[in-house]
Amino acid sequence: MALWLFVFLAVISLVSALGVIVQRNPVHCLLALVLTILALAVLFIALDATVVGFLQIIVYAGAIMVLFLFVIWLLNLQAETGPTGSLALKFFGTIASAALVAELWSFLLRPHLKVKYVGESASYGTLGALSQKLFTDYLIAFEATSILLLAAIVGAVALARRAPGQRDSRQGSLP
Amino acid sequence: MSSIPLTWLLGLSAAIFAIGVAGMIMRRNILVMFMSIELMLNAVNLAFIALAHRLGSMDGQVIVFFVMTVAAAEAAVGLGIIISIFRNRETVQADDLTLLRW
Repeated sequence: MALWLFVFLAVISLVSALGVIVQRNPVHCLLALVLTILALAVLFIALDATVVGFLQIIVYAGAIMVLFLFVIWLLNLQAETGPTGSLALKFFGTIASAALVAELWSFLLRPHLKVKYVGESASYGTLGALSQKLFTDYLIAFEATSILLLAAIVGAVALARRAPGQRDSRQGSLP
Repeated sequence: MSSIPLTWLLGLSAAIFAIGVAGMIMRRNILVMFMSIELMLNAVNLAFIALAHRLGSMDGQVIVFFVMTVAAAEAAVGLGIIISIFRNRETVQADDLTLLRW
């Protein structure tokens, strides 16, 4: 990966990640989040994780973000300009995250972290190599994931559906 | 393909994670707090991918695959909870949801 590509993607992802937390309108936050995810997906592909990069675009930037957008529009929150936390909260949030990033960076600068680059096989990052791992070493985890997704579907439907006889208080006159 | 130092990639990951933490602390809108969680998950994914690339191992990519799956399940259930809360309480501000506060 060329240096300029990394710098370009890092700047985009950092600026849009900041956009997620400083925008007041939830739709703008969501669009900034999509930009962050797309920049990270390009970074994944540049790091030879081709399949995971495309899955990131399809699953994250596609499915999950559309789910968020759907909920924002369903709840009619797109014009919301409510308070975004008190001044003390902002102060402590800034201090806490600055301390966290300083600690992590100081850890990264220690010499013991210098991992040697060992090179990679020709099939690294391809769909075949990923499936090979998924269906041999991680088979039980893969099957457990399918059960998790089934439970999530049932749980989401059970949570979001209206109980029989219950009326939405905002639309009381509607059937 | 190894011209980018591992430290820079992990540093970018740490910075995005810290931004997610800051959003989680500062924002009071549940939806935006949820987006901050997604931001943190993506930062961790970047660390996994960078280390997997450096070690030449596919295991990190498999873990990222599982993280994405769990994030999808989490988003479905979490947004269901948000819809349910909004239907009952007419708000998505975390400061208004103090029923369990002592």
